[in-house]
Parts: sequence; structure tokens; C-alpha cells
Amino acid sequence: MRNILLKPAAGNKIANRKAISDTLLQLGKKDKDIIVLTSDSRGSASMVQFGEELPDQIVEVGIAEQNIVGIAAGLAHSGKKSFVASPACFLSMRSIEQIKVDVAYSRTNVKLIGISGGVSYGALGMSHHSLQDLAVTRAIPGLDVMMPADRHEAKKMIEALVHYDKAVYVRIGRNPVEDCYVSEEYDFEIGKAVTMRAGKDLTIIASGETVRVALDAAETLEQEGIDCRVINMHTIKPLDEEAIVKAAQETGHIITVEEHSIHGGLGSAVAEVVSQAHPIPLKILGIPDEPAITGKTAEVFQYYGLSTENIKRIAIDMLMKQ
Amino acid sequence: MSEILQLKRKATEIRMELLKMIYESGAGHTGGSLSITDILTVLYYKIMNIDPTNPTWEHRDRYVQSKGHAVESYWAILADKGFFQKEELKTFSQYNSRLIGHPNNKVPGVEMNTGALGHGLSISVGMALAAKMDGKSYKVYTLMGDGEQAEGSVWEGAMAASQYKLDNLVAIIDRNNLQITGNTEDVMSIEPLGSKWRSFGWEVVEVDGNDIEQLVHTFSKLPQTVGKPTMVIANTVKGKGISIAENQVGWHHRVPTKEEYELAVEELSQQLEVLV
Repeated sequence: MRNILLKPAAGNKIANRKAISDTLLQLGKKDKDIIVLTSDSRGSASMVQFGEELPDQIVEVGIAEQNIVGIAAGLAHSGKKSFVASPACFLSMRSIEQIKVDVAYSRTNVKLIGISGGVSYGALGMSHHSLQDLAVTRAIPGLDVMMPADRHEAKKMIEALVHYDKAVYVRIGRNPVEDCYVSEEYDFEIGKAVTMRAGKDLTIIASGETVRVALDAAETLEQEGIDCRVINMHTIKPLDEEAIVKAAQETGHIITVEEHSIHGGLGSAVAEVVSQAHPIPLKILGIPDEPAITGKTAEVFQYYGLSTENIKRIAIDMLMKQ
Repeated sequence: MSEILQLKRKATEIRMELLKMIYESGAGHTGGSLSITDILTVLYYKIMNIDPTNPTWEHRDRYVQSKGHAVESYWAILADKGFFQKEELKTFSQYNSRLIGHPNNKVPGVEMNTGALGHGLSISVGMALAAKMDGKSYKVYTLMGDGEQAEGSVWEGAMAASQYKLDNLVAIIDRNNLQITGNTEDVMSIEPLGSKWRSFGWEVVEVDGNDIEQLVHTFSKLPQTVGKPTMVIANTVKGKGISIAENQVGWHHRVPTKEEYELAVEELSQQLEVLV
């Protein structure tokens, strides 16, 4: 556990989607029931090599997101481990009814990998942003929701999901993200948040690509003498309520940071727990209720304050008010 | 008694049973359940390879009822086949019953939860694809409504089935010409139905979907073409078997009054009397 507190070397060029496809390829070679489904998304899901090496274990459905989920459910019903790799913006919206009925309600073992999530397709506009996916998937009973922070976590998450007999929506981004973990040498458990950094003054809770931002912010805050805890909430559902309540009790202030609408995502999930179990000051950082500005992920993050400087400003503000 | 005659009697008994369920519970999709009864009777008592004592037997044929709302016929048949106790039919649509108004896979014999139209075909494609991958010989049957053909997802599934040459997949359309608002051709025309499916790469067979003999004959020799999924367009009468309900749009989910129920029971009893 200790080495996750160290700062990993910068400059990772491996995107989470690549880490996921490499892991599935490796596991798929040993388990012919692992089936990957793509919706003309083989390239964008980094599944080309998987398709070449395991051609009998990949199913292409064309640009048909409702179909991909229905077929995945039918395959899973017959004992296959279906991994759907399709753009998050379409998968979580166009096929949400199939996800609700054919997957969650029918209890089929389908893993939905929403690729290029959040504002990964930054310049392409609201049609291609997926900033509501956590809200809709989180509200469906029988469906878990996860977001890996980096390539190490993406790998460990997939390894866990292959043996997890329940439907899950996993959202990942398109581009490489800086590592949050030094290596894979840490315990990953579904539904159990990882405390990336200890701290007693304030807690930042993040998931997915904002975990790196949170860690950087905590480092900056340290220079200001603020001892900041960072929690990586890789599983948004089922939520690690214990870690949240503990953070509220021990640090008294929480900031959530997410690449998602401020409605219904990580911040909302945390607020639901905090407001009922241990009310304390809470600030939710995310994308406001508007068609998000277009640009590269970093530019969009900067614009909406999902940045080290803004988190620092808000943290200081919160602590001044106490 | 010939097998065909036995099946005809069975279908009439199922109609009697489903009507009782609807009447007693005060809810149900009467017209559609009556129109599909002969199809389901032939599948469950003659065609499909199933074992009610082992509902999840891996080599069983699969049935997915995409037009989930016509569930009463399905419940009556599953109970009669012994998937669950007939006594339980009394709980249909009642508080906290598992025999709800749509197929529920918590009930033995039901593969998937359906009810949202346009889902069954894609699911069935997945099941048929799995059979091909595993070299298993089971068949997958899916029943759709004619009004359901307006769902775009049906055609996504149609494309995939022919792309993957799923000759172990049989889709059936309950072509009773009526949907809740009126005639399918007035609401959203689906004709020419057969040529639409043919153009999507399917083998299309058209039958009288209320003619047990024709249904047995048709289902017994499928697939007709190796490498092609089969579409059986079953021309049926909505409300079949009960003259006051036949071809009446109002009977989509009408519950019979006491008088209507007694009349219907009398009519079905008369049908049974001649089936000897």
C-alpha cells in the first residue's frame, strides 16, 4: 500500500482503453468465454489487436448501440462474459433502455465499457460529450458503476470484473492520463475506495481522470500548510459510504471533483451520504448544467475549474470559513 | 385422438385458462394473448426441446417473448407444462406476485425479462450467436408483435442475424393487424412486411398463425435455408377464439365483464366439444 503514496513518474503514454484491451487480450487467451463487442468502435476502443489475435471472440455489430447491448445480454445469458466497448456518449444514452431491461433487470453478466467518456471528444461538442452517464447508470438497480484513475487501475479493475458476475458500467477516457499509482502493487477491491493520500484538514474525493488533478491539488495545498486527504472513488456504485463518512468526521470538509455534470454524479452521490450521515461543508466541482465548452480535456477542465489552482482556492476558502 | 387434434384442444384449454386469469385479476392483454396462443401451443407442446424439470438445461431451445405484454398465454402454458404450480396462476397481476404483466425471469422457464418492445430480437441474436460459438444445436425462437415492427432496434437485430448467418434463429411476427391505436397500416404501415425481411437477408415463411396444422408443418422443417435466419409471418386474428373480441381493437387490453366472460367460456366449451 505504501508505494501508492509516492509520486509516479510523469509521462505515461498508455491510455486506459489500451490497458483494458491488453488485459482483456491476455485474459481472453485463457478464457474463450470472454467476448468483446464493438459498434464500429474497434479502433477507438483499441481492440484491433484483440480482434486480430482472437477473431472468434470479437463481435462487430456496426453502428447500432441498442443492438450491441441486446446481443451482449443474449450472449451473457448463454454463459459468455460480454464486454461491450462503445463510446460512452452513445452507449449510455442510445441504449439505456437495453441496459436497464436486458442487462440490469434481466441480470445478465454484461460489462459495459463506455470509451472516450466525459469530454474526451472535447472538440466534437455536446453530442459526443458524455457528462450524464454516471447519473443515469447510477439510478439503475442491478448495475454497478466504475471509473479507473489510470492504466494500473484499469488493468486491475478488468481483472476483477472478469470474475465478477454482475452488470457493470465502466467509464474511461480516450487519452493517456498521468499515472496515479506507482505500480499495480496495491489492493484493488470493487466498492472499496482507495485513500491515495492521508490528511486531516480536508478531503478531496475524485474518480477517473480527476484523481490526478486531486493529487496535484493536494500537493499544492501541502505547500500552504494544508493537510489534504485524497480519496479515489473508483467505484461510484456501490459507493464506499464508510470512507466518505470517515472523511467527513475526520477532516470536516469535502471537495468532490468529477468529469461529469454536477447533477447526479460523484458529487451528488457523496452529498447523499454526507447530508444524511454527517453533514459538513461540501463543494461539488464538475461541469455545470450547460452544453460544455469545446476544447481539449485540459482546456475544458481549466475552464470549469477542475484544476489545481481552483481546487486550492476553494479549499482555502472553505477552511477560512470555519 | 390425432396429435393435431390434441394440440387444438390444448390451445383451447389455454385460451380458457388465460381468460380466467384476466377476468379474475381484472388486468391483461386479452387480444394479443388470444392471437398468439396457437403459436405458443405448437412451440411448447410439439416443437421446442425443453425440460420443465430442468429449466436451465444448457441444450434447451430458447424462447424469448419480445411482445412481452401478451404474457397471459405464456404463463398459462408454462404452468401447464409444469414449470411452476398451476395454483400460482391465481396470483397473476396481484400484489407482489412474480406472475406480473410481462415475462419475468425469476419464474422458471422464462429466459429474459421483456416488456419494452424491440428488444427480443437482439437478445435472441446473442443467444443464437453463443450457440454457434459453442457448437451447440439449440434453436432460439423469438416472438414479436406487428406493431413492434416500428421499433428501429428490430431492424438492427435483423441486420445482425443475417450478417452472422444465424440459421438457428427463428423469429415470428404475430401479424394480427391491430395495435392499441388501430390498424397497423393506419398507425405506421409495415407492409410489404415479407419483402422487407427478405431484403434484410432472411428466409421468410408466411402461415396462418391460428392454424395448428400449418404451424406444426412449418416449424418442423426449419431452417429452410442453411445460413439464413427464418422469419415466420404468422397471420393471426387478434382476440382469436372469442367472437366478441375477434378483430376488435378495443380488446387490446380489455378485461371481460361477467357477462362477456360467461359468453366466452361457453363459446370455448363448445369449441372443445367438437374437438374429439
